[in-house]
Amino acid sequence: MSSPATAFAEATVRTATPLALAAIGEVVVERAGIINISLEGIILSGCFGGLVGATHAGAMGGYAASMLFGVAAAIAFALFAVWLRADQIISGTAVTLLAIGLTGTLYRTLYGTAGAGLSIPTTGPVPIPALSRIPVLGPGLFEQPIVTYATYLLVPLVWWWMYKTHAGLALRAVGENPVAAEATGIRVSRMRFGAMIFGGLTGGLAGGALVLAQAGTFAEGMSAGRGFIAIAIVVLGRWHPLGVAVAALVFGGASALQFLLQALGLALPYQLFLSLPYVLTLAGLAGMAGRVRAPAALARIEGP
Amino acid sequence: MKHSPRLAVGLVIALIVGMAGLLVAAGFDVQRAAWALVNGSLGSWYAIGSGTLIRATPLILTGLAVAIAFRAGVFNIGAEGQFIVGAAAAAATALSIRNAAPIIVLPLVLLSGFVAGGMWASIAAVLRVRFRVLEVISTIMLNFVAAYLVSYLVRGPMQEPTHIYPQTQTFGDAAHLPRFSTGTRLHIGFAIAVAACAGAWWAIRFTASGFRLRVVGANPTAARSAGLIDVDRVTMRAFLVSGALAGLAGAIEVSGVTYALYENISPGYGYTAIAVALVARLDALAIIGSGILFGALEAGATAMQRDAGVPSVVVSVIEAGVILSLVALGRTGIGARKTP
Repeated sequence: MSSPATAFAEATVRTATPLALAAIGEVVVERAGIINISLEGIILSGCFGGLVGATHAGAMGGYAASMLFGVAAAIAFALFAVWLRADQIISGTAVTLLAIGLTGTLYRTLYGTAGAGLSIPTTGPVPIPALSRIPVLGPGLFEQPIVTYATYLLVPLVWWWMYKTHAGLALRAVGENPVAAEATGIRVSRMRFGAMIFGGLTGGLAGGALVLAQAGTFAEGMSAGRGFIAIAIVVLGRWHPLGVAVAALVFGGASALQFLLQALGLALPYQLFLSLPYVLTLAGLAGMAGRVRAPAALARIEGP
Repeated sequence: MKHSPRLAVGLVIALIVGMAGLLVAAGFDVQRAAWALVNGSLGSWYAIGSGTLIRATPLILTGLAVAIAFRAGVFNIGAEGQFIVGAAAAAATALSIRNAAPIIVLPLVLLSGFVAGGMWASIAAVLRVRFRVLEVISTIMLNFVAAYLVSYLVRGPMQEPTHIYPQTQTFGDAAHLPRFSTGTRLHIGFAIAVAACAGAWWAIRFTASGFRLRVVGANPTAARSAGLIDVDRVTMRAFLVSGALAGLAGAIEVSGVTYALYENISPGYGYTAIAVALVARLDALAIIGSGILFGALEAGATAMQRDAGVPSVVVSVIEAGVILSLVALGRTGIGARKTP
């Protein structure tokens, strides 16, 4: 076993990956003026998709299916939130509830109640030649599953798209002032639908990462609030792709802290560690009070 | 795009067809499942009293909790956590008072659940009022923390004396809620839930606090600019009352049904409560009816799992379908919401 510091760095990046993926999609969605409360359901759908895909077509098939399932859940939410202009919080909660029910029912139907020990093909760490031999941080950053590297690429890509392209500018305009955006010829609803599909892709992939790169199995409700934590991460990262990546790492670190503290042999109740990410979310959100500004049109129903 | 009734009806039909299709595709005997659902909830007086109404009791109280919060524009998704904490506090009280008459013990048990639920909600309430933290996020975070807290309690300081099972020991008889008659498991908690709805209905309709609650929920900006209403104070109060009612539901569940505190003491009552509240269009009296409806659904689903092998988690699909249909119809009873 490697040193505790290396193990900590590795666990930090590993647990941060699904959070960063889900949050990077949520940044795009929120910059378009939609608060995607269904993100939790999207991640859970992605988890289930990962399971279904992996049992039929291997780990890569699992990732593909996880994105597909994530997009399906995202479209369900977008039909209500974008197309019908329904309350985003209520319809998002309902879509999450729907995902919990559907994945639970289908899981028990397809895999039986004794599916707990189900093991599926997973993607193990792929060390990047020279880089993974950097002391301490090398294995942490560069001896990770493939989906983590995809996240490394996605973060700067989204940043570039959002701030350096016309489409990115249009997206931000939609989130700030949809009426004005529409007046300049931007198709607001189409933009928001597109943002939701991207949010579905990354949220679904986050679920796939949970199943295929972390747990190696599916459990009912295994998203365990990560969708909501990802929404909080977007606030902590100030709706900026790079800020969000940093915030996701902080959360990964908080979750990984339990491995470090266990290694140090502290006799604290394990439930304390398990509740740490949730408590940290609350503390983080309270700490950001008054120092951040959300997209002006976020969660508003009215518009063009 | 405006709400179109035809579209909404189409959505509802699609949901029902999808639901039945799902069960058929999954290879279940739909007829048998439907029979078990009806029989298990309404098929006999025993099913009604000891199945449906017992399940309805926590749903009515948590549904009322959600409705009061939503009426004030507070999106309390945390009834689940407030219920759990209320149950834990009630259990602690029930287990620590010994050798006392029920007339002393029971009110204290219920009161501790009530207070604990309100205190748990106050965390999210303060975060919203003082720090502008979106309560949807904070209450859900607190749901997880509450679940881990109870997990710790029933494996640690509150575990039963033999230290084998993750639960507390069974409460003494003095902490058992009385039942309506000997032939039923239905306890007086049901009457408390109904009375709470009636009281809330009256308070919302005929008192000054109720008026302020309605005004703030309908239009916080107007309420603030009118100058006579302290919006933060009304929000805070609605949040606390909401949490207290959910906590009371938890106290009633442990003293009326389980007589002990377990992990997973709530099978998601706090989430079903959202559907209960929305079906009632946030009307306190109508919640009695919608609570019984969902109680029947849950009791029926248990029978469906037992008799037809259909996983009871399918109820979440139905609940989500109901909420989404109401959302599509634009009939949730929630006023035009501005960003908090």
